[in-house]
Amino acid sequence: MAAINREDVAHLAQLAHIEMSDDELDRMANELAVIVDSVKSVSEAAGDDIPATSHPIPLTNVMREDVVGHVLTAEEALSGAPDAQDGRFKVPAILEES
Amino acid sequence: MSATDLIRFSAADMAAKLAAGEITSVQLVQAHLDRIAAVDGGDRGVNAFLHVNAEEALAVAADVDARRAAGEELHELAGVPIAVKDLIVTKGQPTTAGSKILEGWMSPYDATVVKKLRAARMPILGKTNLDEFAMGSSTEHSAYGPTRNPWDLDRIPGGSGGGSAAAVAAFEAPLALGTDTGGSIRQPGAVTGTVGVKPTYGAVSRYGAIAMASSLDQIGPVSRTVLDSALLQEVIGGHDPFDSTSLTDPSTGLADAARLGNVAGMKIGIIKELHGEGYQAGVENRFNESLELLRGAGAEIIEVSCPNFGYALGAYYLIMPSEASSNLAKFDGVRFGLRTLPTEGPLTIERVMGATRAAGFGDEVKRRIILGTYALSAGYYDAYYGSAQKVRTLIQRDFAAAFAQVDVLISPTAPTTAFKLGEKLNDPLAMYLNDVATIPANMAGVPGLTLPGGLADEDGLPVGIQLLAPAREDARLYRVGAVLESLLEAQWGGPILDQAPPLAESVVEPVETAAKEAK
Repeated sequence: MAAINREDVAHLAQLAHIEMSDDELDRMANELAVIVDSVKSVSEAAGDDIPATSHPIPLTNVMREDVVGHVLTAEEALSGAPDAQDGRFKVPAILEES
Repeated sequence: MSATDLIRFSAADMAAKLAAGEITSVQLVQAHLDRIAAVDGGDRGVNAFLHVNAEEALAVAADVDARRAAGEELHELAGVPIAVKDLIVTKGQPTTAGSKILEGWMSPYDATVVKKLRAARMPILGKTNLDEFAMGSSTEHSAYGPTRNPWDLDRIPGGSGGGSAAAVAAFEAPLALGTDTGGSIRQPGAVTGTVGVKPTYGAVSRYGAIAMASSLDQIGPVSRTVLDSALLQEVIGGHDPFDSTSLTDPSTGLADAARLGNVAGMKIGIIKELHGEGYQAGVENRFNESLELLRGAGAEIIEVSCPNFGYALGAYYLIMPSEASSNLAKFDGVRFGLRTLPTEGPLTIERVMGATRAAGFGDEVKRRIILGTYALSAGYYDAYYGSAQKVRTLIQRDFAAAFAQVDVLISPTAPTTAFKLGEKLNDPLAMYLNDVATIPANMAGVPGLTLPGGLADEDGLPVGIQLLAPAREDARLYRVGAVLESLLEAQWGGPILDQAPPLAESVVEPVETAAKEAK
C-alpha cells in the first residue's frame, strides 16, 4: 500500500471540505503516515475466501408501516440553522459568479 | 441523614430509600446539585459536566415525590437522578458533542434513551463532557477542556466518556449514560474505578446518539455497582422502531442475573492475546487475583486463543474513521450548528463549508475524517475498508470459537491505569492503544462490562476487569460481574471508591444560583 504524503492530505482535505493551513497539512501528513503504516497489516490478514462483515448482527428487511410517522415540523427542523428564510434553510451561493 | 451520606449510596439503595419514604427525590437531587457545585467547577474542578440541568431535575424530583405521596405506583428508579453524555440529544438542554461546531445547539427532539429516562421519571442532572464527537480515550479532545480523574486530578478520566465516568466516581451522580464505539464506556470505567457496560449491539436504541461509527456505536450504562448498571440497562434497552438496527429482544432479567450470586460450574475464558506483554504489572496482578477469586467461587478458568485480535486495532482504525467521515459530513454550516465565513474571497457554499469545518472541528476529528476519506477513496477501498471488514469476520469467528468452549471471557479492560493529562496528547497512536482490549467487542457486536479490580501496586490507581459474553447474553456479564464485585469488596472491606482521596469542596453557594449558573 502506498504511503500517504502531503499532497494526498491536501486533496483529501478538499474532498472532506476542511480548509487547512500549510502547517496543518505538514503536521497531518506526518501523523497520518504513522497511522496508515500501523494499519497496513490489515490488508494481509484475511484471504480472498473470507467474506466481509459490514454489520455485527445482521438483520434483513427492517421495514415500517408506509404511513407518515415521526417527523419534525418545519419550525423545529429550522430551529438550529445558522440562517433560514421563508421556512427554508438559507445557503450561500452555490456557484461562484464570474 | 447528611447529604454526604446520601450521594454515596448505590442507585439501588437510593431507590429503596425513596420507596420506603426515608428520603425524598428533591433531597437526593439537591444533594447531587450541591456536590456538582462543590467539586466540578474551577481550575482544579473535575469538569465532568458541560451543562447542569438544575431547574428541570428539581421539578421532576418534586413531581415524583408528589406522585409517591399520593400512592401512585412508580418505576423502581423513579426519582433517582442520572447524568447524560453530551453525545446524546436532549430537548431543553444544549447538546454539543464536545465540539465547537455544535456549541449551544438545542436538539428539537429527545433520544429514545432519554425518552425512556423521562418515562421512568428519572431526573436528568445534566450533560457530561467527552472527547469531541466521542473521538478519544482521555476526554482531552473536548473543545470545552478536559475532565479530571477524581482519583488524581492531574490524570485523565479515560475517554471518550470521561465525563460520565468521573461524575459517577466523584459522587456527582449515581448513574450516567455513556456511548461505546471502541471502549468509550469501559476504558473510562476502568481508570476511574467504576462500572460500565457496552450492551449487545442493537440491545439499546442508538436513535438520538450523534453517530460516530454507526456499525460500532452503542449506548450503555455507567454506575458504581454492577446491579445499578443492570437496572439502568433494563430502563434504556428494548426494541425501538426508530433504530433499524435495534433488536427485538426484551430488556429483562439483567438485575435478576446480577442478584443471582453464584458462578459455580461456569466456564470463564482468559484470552491469551489480551494480557501479558504490553500490560502494566499492577494491572496484570489485579487481573490474576480476580481469576483466583472466581476459581475459588467454583468457576472453571480456561485459556482460549483469539489469534485475529491482533488485527482488531488496525481494522478498527479503518472502519471507524470511514464511517465517521461519512457521518460527520452533515456538519456543513447549513442545517445546524456553526457557520463560519471565509476571511477573503467569494462566499460560495463550498468555501463556507471548508471554513466552518476548519473552525468547528478539533485536530482529532479532522485526523479521523481525513483518514476515513482516504480509506474509502477509489483505489484504496479494497485494500483498506474492504480488508478491515474481512478482519471483522475473522474476529467474529474467534469469538464464536471461544464461546464454544466457555460461557464468558475475561481480560483487563485497559493495558494501563490512568496516565497524566497531556502525556499522550501529541502521540495519536499511543492514545489509540488504550482501546486494544475493548475494541474486539465492538467489532463483533458482543456485550462487554468493566468493573473495578483493585488498585495497581505501582501507582495506587484503579484497574479494570473486563467481562465479555456472546451477543444477546448480556445477563451473563451481570451474573459474573456481581459475584466478582462482591468477592472483591469483601477483601477490600467496602467499595473501591472508599479508597479514593476526598475531593476538595469549594464553598457551596445557595444552589438556586450556583447550580443553574454552573456552566
